Amino acid sequence: MNVEPFIRMRGVRKVYRTGSREHLAISDASFDVMPGELVALVGPSGCGKSTLLKILSGLHPHDGGAVQMGSPSYPFDPSRDVGMVFQQPLLLKWRRILDNVVLPAEILGLPMAAARERARDLLALVGLSGSEARFPYELSGGMQQRAAIARALLHDPKLVLMDEPFGALDALTREKMNLELLRIWKESGKTIIFVTHGISEAVFLGTRVVVLTAGPARMADNFEIDLPHPRILDIKTREDFGLYTRRIYRLLGME
Amino acid sequence: MNSIDTPYVRWTFAVLAHIGLVVAWYLFVEIGQVPKFVMPSPQATLNALLNPDYGWWTNIRVTATEIFGGYLLALVVGVMLALIFTWSRILESLCLPLLVTLNMIPKVALGPLIIVWFKYGVFPNTMMAFSIAVFPILLTTARGLREIEPDLLDLVRSLRGSRWQLFTKIQLPGALPYIFSGMKVAAILAVAGAIVGEFLGSDKGLGYLMLQVQVTLDTPAMFMAVVLITLIGMLLYGLVMLLERLLVARDARLS
Repeated sequence: MNVEPFIRMRGVRKVYRTGSREHLAISDASFDVMPGELVALVGPSGCGKSTLLKILSGLHPHDGGAVQMGSPSYPFDPSRDVGMVFQQPLLLKWRRILDNVVLPAEILGLPMAAARERARDLLALVGLSGSEARFPYELSGGMQQRAAIARALLHDPKLVLMDEPFGALDALTREKMNLELLRIWKESGKTIIFVTHGISEAVFLGTRVVVLTAGPARMADNFEIDLPHPRILDIKTREDFGLYTRRIYRLLGME
Repeated sequence: MNSIDTPYVRWTFAVLAHIGLVVAWYLFVEIGQVPKFVMPSPQATLNALLNPDYGWWTNIRVTATEIFGGYLLALVVGVMLALIFTWSRILESLCLPLLVTLNMIPKVALGPLIIVWFKYGVFPNTMMAFSIAVFPILLTTARGLREIEPDLLDLVRSLRGSRWQLFTKIQLPGALPYIFSGMKVAAILAVAGAIVGEFLGSDKGLGYLMLQVQVTLDTPAMFMAVVLITLIGMLLYGLVMLLERLLVARDARLS
């Protein structure tokens, strides 16, 4: 069993400067992520959740504190160990689904025949077998997001960063995609960091929840969700599920 | 589907409209007894081609060279400049407003200056076509590149994709519908630019020929020149349409 954290954040700070004005996006974020965890980052809009993901993906530098990714026993290559899923599927509309999914392999210069083979397997994993040759506009929003998840997994990254991936979907599709994500997470064994402003979604999905509050942006709490796996929708009616969600509501000042 | 929407019916209608115009022209001249120097019949216009003194073939080649040369140069320069603007926000903020202003200059008014700078001949006329065609391409391309989702660029950057990969895989195909809308406008303008250049100063080309035969009131030759200029323009426009058809998915085309 691996006990070293995969990601270690200590006192991470991020300040955005526009001209002479400074905006503190993250004041002090400290948490660990173990390999194979599904961490839900929950908080209101503008609390710096997306900024944290940008720092973890290496797209933005941080201004203070330390971010350590990987460990000797679990090495991390920033260029090919990150997969990203955004609120919008962001598929290339001029490419067929299969050609969309292999995009990371093209960027990384991986062997294409193997990448296409893997893309087919991943499309099967996300439940899109038979849609390989279709164009994005022929797919529903939920299906497009499934394809985006397959794309994020293509280069077999250790870490998948998801920025409100189901935020643009209708409530029913969202519930369905939550169950799908848990299945994909179990089958792929990835470490996932999942940003959401859905409190119940965070508790339902996360092995751990990190709560961020806005104005000033800071980390309010970080706790494990001790609910059984595999998770089914019935779990939402359990008493301890309610306790977890109430704990977050209280932190966000909604109770 | 309405029966008028089938391609076969639409093509038939288009051809009929063109034939109808020529017939109307013929009847107008014949029945109205219009003098030849005011408006020649279609037959007289075609006969102008038989006059070997007019060097039709040479003049067609010269005018086509100016139009296509200026147009291609405008395409390359316009797309390259727009791309460079996406690399530097400062450069974009500096240059784009300036270009909008420069676009307001009636390029035709630059004709006498261009003759001062480049003498007269094929090169200055190519420059006229270029200067008038480059702006719509540049401005629509810049617009198309701006419309691309920043998250999509982040996705490629998170995989440490190069600028070239970003351009060829995301930016260029994403901006293509916009580029083509600019290219269509530019195709029409490039023809006008080249002809105005020939009017102002040249010793070859269909525009030059028109001025020569105007002196002798050879209206049939002037008509023929206009027809040939139009055909060159249609060839250019047709090529652009064909390229768009090949490169841009139907649902992504801008009308």
